[in-house]
Amino acid sequence: MSITLAPRENVFGLALPVLLLVGLSGALAVETGMVGRNASAAALLPPETVTLAPAPFPHRPAGDYLAGGLSVNAPLTTAPLETPLIIMVHEVSAADYARCVAETACAPAQPGHHATGDAPVTGVSYDDAKAYADWLSTRTGANWRLPTVEEWDFAAGALARDHGLEGLTDPADPAQKWLADFDRAAAQRVPGGAVPQPLGTIGPNENGVADLGGNVWEWTATCNSRVTLDGTGQVANTLPSCGLRIVEGKHRMPVNVFVRDAIRGGCSVGNPPDNLGFRLVRDPPWYARLAAIVGFR
Amino acid sequence: MNFAALNLNRRALLAGLGTSAAVGAVIGQAGVGPAEAAPAPEATPAVDPATLPHVKVDLVAPPFVHPHDQIAVGGPKVVQFRLTVKEKPVVVDEDGTTIQGMTFNGSIPGPMMVVHEGDYVELTLANDASNTMQHNIDLHATTGGAGGGALTMINPGEETTLRFKATCVGAFIYHCAVGGEMTPWHINSGMNGAMLVLPRDGLKDGAGRPLKYDRIYYIGEQDYYVPRNPDGSYKKYDSLGDEFADVLAAMKGMIPTHVVFNGAVGALTGKNALPAKLGENVLIIHSTPMRDTRPHLIGGHGDYVWTDGKFGNPPSLGLETWHVAGGSAAVALYRFRQPGIYAYVNHNLIEAVYLGATAEFKVEGTWNNDLMQVVTPPRPIA
Repeated sequence: MSITLAPRENVFGLALPVLLLVGLSGALAVETGMVGRNASAAALLPPETVTLAPAPFPHRPAGDYLAGGLSVNAPLTTAPLETPLIIMVHEVSAADYARCVAETACAPAQPGHHATGDAPVTGVSYDDAKAYADWLSTRTGANWRLPTVEEWDFAAGALARDHGLEGLTDPADPAQKWLADFDRAAAQRVPGGAVPQPLGTIGPNENGVADLGGNVWEWTATCNSRVTLDGTGQVANTLPSCGLRIVEGKHRMPVNVFVRDAIRGGCSVGNPPDNLGFRLVRDPPWYARLAAIVGFR
Repeated sequence: MNFAALNLNRRALLAGLGTSAAVGAVIGQAGVGPAEAAPAPEATPAVDPATLPHVKVDLVAPPFVHPHDQIAVGGPKVVQFRLTVKEKPVVVDEDGTTIQGMTFNGSIPGPMMVVHEGDYVELTLANDASNTMQHNIDLHATTGGAGGGALTMINPGEETTLRFKATCVGAFIYHCAVGGEMTPWHINSGMNGAMLVLPRDGLKDGAGRPLKYDRIYYIGEQDYYVPRNPDGSYKKYDSLGDEFADVLAAMKGMIPTHVVFNGAVGALTGKNALPAKLGENVLIIHSTPMRDTRPHLIGGHGDYVWTDGKFGNPPSLGLETWHVAGGSAAVALYRFRQPGIYAYVNHNLIEAVYLGATAEFKVEGTWNNDLMQVVTPPRPIA
């Protein structure tokens, strides 16, 4: 696997004031396992990441939107990312996930999927992904978590489609949207393409993030929701439903948090993901957020 | 192989259809009463088929059906078909699981053959020279000779032509029946298809009014028993001989790993969805060689359904789901009244969702609010 990384942003410039540097070195000592947590566990290399500077980008939020009793597009907004996004270059591999399973912090992936090796772990639920993030946080001393839909779309760059343009030609004729969505989903489907490919099969995108848009859909932290707009297009009511989380990939879809394989076939409507996997983001530690706020980047 | 016993059983079963006065006297027509009440068919004067018009038909792969007249034009004809048995690897799902398939003309199911009652069928069966096994064909539409199986056994590199008279009206399956444990194995490897024998004056409802179709689709349901590795993944074999013992052991477990329409998971979904237009009458023939099944059109019905597939019986009206007995083919006619995507499933939805028994119809047209409309869209419970 050969990955060309996008240049990483150096969050900590050499010009940091001495006072901040002193505090920082103590924090780094904790983060690198020199002191404190899990001193007995074997050293664990943190996953490869890229850091993306926040920038406004047009975005349609996830969720089912209603206006005037009809299904409508989510309004086009500017996503409010305010801190650098530190995201894994690759999806979590089967080998890495197996380590968490071996330490009994994660449940085994669904049988029939790659149990080990340099392929993305698949056959994992939202709950599994969250358990892995918690385990990795404990083992590395950093705060790893699933990305939100906004964060995932930001990292996905050009791949993140405008989810508003899915053939909603006539809201009063639901069949037209079904037909348009069906055609789009049918065009995406690659025969014989459901077996997860090794990490790096799809090279890094313009943000240095690899393996996006393949046959592995990725869990996000974002809850499914029903959003009702008022007559002026403003949100009148939001009813979140966190038993379903949004998975992202070639298209978005809400999936129950305990599902490990969104089975293909048999659906009266919709195009289920081929496989469910995930990648994580790392929250910048407090001192980096502080540095960003005071202008050191 | 005991063809005599097979033949006797089939004759007994066919007797009720009045194929001959002598056999008809043995068992009465179901539901009609004693044998004497069954109508004795007129003895048809023997004609020399050589004097009849000959029509050669090029078969097409399912779900499509070769062009044909719904009402016969002119008198009986000799209709000539050619089926070539091809042994070849077949991919059966989206993960690339591959079986060593056995096929008629390369497709699973084999092609639909359409004739009219009273026509003579001249079927040439060829066993491709690259094959390794003996093959034959048993056509449920025929009378005697184990459905033709007793007369058509051929080795690789051979071909034979069988002529039979189409005396029974309806949809009938055909399959390989080389004998013993070879028979279920060959059928489960893909060697089955269907024949449609139409009444000369076309399809009718129970009151004798004509029924016509704008489109015809042939859906063949197929169960596979793919052996697994210890880790649960499917095994792949290099040849039929390699897979034989393992596949037979899996078959005898009676739990299919795949139940699919037209040979593979997804063969009739997505890009391969069956197109139709609002208002069109679509004739759906659904065959299943071994296992019983229960097709259901999600969001639609069967306006007229010959659930047994036989046009001597009046069609049932407005069915939600219909039963297709293993070893038969059902015929359903439906006029689409709303646009959209219709899943057509084996309504054992475990089989539809997990094992693959799903097709999709894609129907273009304009929505009818009179038939369905949302009154209160989803909202928090008051």
